[in-house]
Amino acid sequence: MQFMLLFSRQGKLRLQKWYVAHPDKLKKKITRELITTILARRPKMSSFLEWKDLKIVYKRYASLYFCCAIEQRDNELLTLEIIHRYVELLDKYFGSVCELDIIFNFEKAYFILDELLLGGEIQETSKKNVLKAIAAQDLLQEVSYGDTSIEL
Amino acid sequence: MAAIKQVINEAVERVRMPAPMRLRDLIRQIRAARTAAEERAVINKECAYIRSTFREEDSLWRCRNIAKLLYIHMLGYPAHFGQLECLKLIASPRFTDKRIGYLGAMLLLDERQDVHLLITNCLKNDLNSSTQFVVGLALCTLGAIASPEMSRDLASEVERLMKSPNAYIRKKAALCAFRIIRKVPELMEIFLPATRSLLTEKNHGVLITGVTLITEMCENSLDTLNHFKKIVPNLVRILKNLILAGYSPEHDVSGVSDPFLQVKILRLLRILGKNDAEASEAMNDILAQVATNTETSKNVGNTILYETVLSIMDIKSESGLRVLAINILGRFLLNNDKNIRYVALNTLLMTVFIDTSAVQRHRSTILECLKDPDVSIRRRALELSFALVNSNNIRTMMKELLLFLEKTDPEFKAQCSSNIVLAAERFAPNKRWHLDTLLKVLVAAGNYVRDDVVSCTIQLVSESTAQQGYIVEQLWRALESDTMDRQPLTQVATWCIGEYGDLLLYGPPAGEDNPIRVTEDDVISVYQRLLWSTQNTIITKQYALLSLTKLSTRFQTGNDKIRQIIDAFGSHLHIELQQRGVEFSQLFRKYEHMRPALLERMPPMETARPNAVNNPAAMTNGETSEDLDGTGDEGNLHVDGRKGFGESEIQDSNALLVLLGGADGTENDVAHHTEPSKPTSTDNQNLLVLLGGLDLSSPAPAPVGVQNNSILFSTNQSSNFLVDDLLNSEPVRNNLPSITAYEKNGLRIVFSLERLPENPSTTVITMSAMNETLNTISEFLFQAAVPKTFQLQMLSPSSTVIAPADQLTQVLRITNPNKTPLRMRIRVSYNAGGTVVQDQAEVNNFPPESWQ
Repeated sequence: MQFMLLFSRQGKLRLQKWYVAHPDKLKKKITRELITTILARRPKMSSFLEWKDLKIVYKRYASLYFCCAIEQRDNELLTLEIIHRYVELLDKYFGSVCELDIIFNFEKAYFILDELLLGGEIQETSKKNVLKAIAAQDLLQEVSYGDTSIEL
Repeated sequence: MAAIKQVINEAVERVRMPAPMRLRDLIRQIRAARTAAEERAVINKECAYIRSTFREEDSLWRCRNIAKLLYIHMLGYPAHFGQLECLKLIASPRFTDKRIGYLGAMLLLDERQDVHLLITNCLKNDLNSSTQFVVGLALCTLGAIASPEMSRDLASEVERLMKSPNAYIRKKAALCAFRIIRKVPELMEIFLPATRSLLTEKNHGVLITGVTLITEMCENSLDTLNHFKKIVPNLVRILKNLILAGYSPEHDVSGVSDPFLQVKILRLLRILGKNDAEASEAMNDILAQVATNTETSKNVGNTILYETVLSIMDIKSESGLRVLAINILGRFLLNNDKNIRYVALNTLLMTVFIDTSAVQRHRSTILECLKDPDVSIRRRALELSFALVNSNNIRTMMKELLLFLEKTDPEFKAQCSSNIVLAAERFAPNKRWHLDTLLKVLVAAGNYVRDDVVSCTIQLVSESTAQQGYIVEQLWRALESDTMDRQPLTQVATWCIGEYGDLLLYGPPAGEDNPIRVTEDDVISVYQRLLWSTQNTIITKQYALLSLTKLSTRFQTGNDKIRQIIDAFGSHLHIELQQRGVEFSQLFRKYEHMRPALLERMPPMETARPNAVNNPAAMTNGETSEDLDGTGDEGNLHVDGRKGFGESEIQDSNALLVLLGGADGTENDVAHHTEPSKPTSTDNQNLLVLLGGLDLSSPAPAPVGVQNNSILFSTNQSSNFLVDDLLNSEPVRNNLPSITAYEKNGLRIVFSLERLPENPSTTVITMSAMNETLNTISEFLFQAAVPKTFQLQMLSPSSTVIAPADQLTQVLRITNPNKTPLRMRIRVSYNAGGTVVQDQAEVNNFPPESWQ
């Protein structure tokens, strides 16, 4: 996987994860282009589009679009499963997740993604293990505050 | 003690620094902004504040400030000033700081910035941490932003962690190794020993990352690929355990056991089995098992089947297995899920050239997909359909494809119609069917038809002499109804009716069912509609006008109405149509006797394709259209002129040759070019006027005439040919001295003079304009004027561009019946290196021999 984007129906970016190095300008251009293209697609269309030499796989969950760019040899149906797995994890973690959870806790959304994927490849196929790792790290964070209880 | 000290320090700091705004408060503020300007104001204020805290080295609130900055960064604002602060957070002993610091590093840094190298040391420390999550954060960051330098520096650390007893660290280290190999393939060696043992794991995380790493290694080097051939049985065993083992809640996805791992293993098997009979043999059974045992009611099952099909098609699998794979794709095509239909069509498109017959069996399903609501599925299905057309199924396939063509969106029509034409050309069972198909394309695709379809159809009609009566009748039927949205159809129809109108009106009935009776008046009224409709393009009207002219010789009862229509075009606003109107109307008056010969039916066109190499006429068409590409109407006109009424034009120019030859008294030399009709020399001047607009009587400069010439002859070649012929065929010449008529600014104009013995009152002047500058002279225009007692005729120049040290020529003929001294005023204009030069001169130095 080359990158993953989360954006709202209004075209607002909610999360971006790049596994390839591009200049900021190009990243913004790609993001803008993909958001416009995907938002313009009708619901009865397939979840795939060919874009430059990449395959774009996207799926909408409520008001959020999850969009992944994969290489030609990658399995686009499996990418849909990865997206779905990520949504399930968010849902479990936040308890019926909504867009606002991801806006206000965007760092958590990144942490969860980083326990699911590493370098653009899937690293853990057990939901339980991912959530366990996240919970343990959250606990570690609280301990590190000591009694000073600094929150973000 | 240290802990107490830290608590005291922090307490002191908190007193010194007031707590900054919380992240969620900032987000709320930003979201409350009603305009973009308001949002910018909030963010600018906060950024300024964050910068100031960075300057003051506020370590207590650094993580909060970076978190806010990361949110601001996501909104598209610059945040690079946080890069170094992220490094400071990473170096902090607190886990919160590290977590946010590494997140910031992944978002704000990448290998393109040198700053990222500063992180290497922090990473090295954390990779050696005793807390597994700190090691995990470091590995995750390395996997996301590792550059070649970092990869080299940290490869050995990663290799050590791949052997860690902790599975959480092992799986992350394996994917880091994957990233490092991608960046620096030479580093593969050091990971090889640790990689193999990853496959002996029970932990799925370690297994899947291990398989991913091996896949990357195998794709990178052939040696490694061969090295890993021996793990095929291990992979087969893991896969078998996955499908046979009972329900395991941890890895189950809708009843399928760990689809992620299954897909990765299938893909690695594909790479290992490619071009290797032995390895393929070892995996045949398991592939068959996966293909038959996978639950297909959900996307997960189909994901695995899809990967299995790809593997079966890629390795040296048994033929039965291949049929099974294609059948799976056939089933996919019937699936309700559009995504699955899409991948099926995509995969079939990849395999259709390997195993056409197996794909053929799903032809009807593929044709069904042409009706899919999803445009990308329709596009794939269309491509696939054309890949499946052959001589056996052409009739049924074309029926469906024509139906599709009729109903489809405009974006498909051009491509689809051209593809149908190509397929019909390759596989048409007979001429009649081929013609019918082309006709249906013209009807169904309307104005979206590309020009190549028009020329293909006309060419096919022209060569299928037996079918002309039939097709002209069909086209007449089509033309009778409204065809404004089908210009190409109208063009083909008018061309054919013009050529074969006699078959339509007086030929034996061609159609089996209800033969039609067409009268000349019917035809005229349809043509009137075509020619006066504002919806028809100029090109279509040109076709129609020429067709009508041709019809004047096909009609039996009279052509007064045709004459009237054509005369009316003599004053048409569009110059091309007007020229045609004027020229054609002359064919009803002075040149009435030439009309039947000029408008004869064209001989069958032989070429199969417009770009055939060995056909000069076709080549000219190609070239003309290329040369004039983008010049709009005029370019099209030449092409169409050539295609549509080639013969009449060829005859025209032949006639012109005769005329010129006749005037020169060398009629015999050029007579072999001519058609039977030999015009008398009194006609010459008038026909010249008619055809070229050459000015014989007026002594004024004749730039218009020159332009008309070039339109008439359309390429310089033909006019060169004309001039050459004219000059070379002169048998005897009383050579006269050359004179220099003009010499200025590096442009020299020399007149070579000749008197024709047969016609002593005419002097032929060959003007040579020589470029003695170092620049190319372009847009060269030479004009000449003589006193009223003379008559001047100018032929078209050999070019309008003179390269340095090159020259161009133009022939002038002066008739001097009174033998008065020759005088001439000349005007030149040209463009030399961007500057336009215009000059006039008087030529008085003609030698007396040239006029006496």
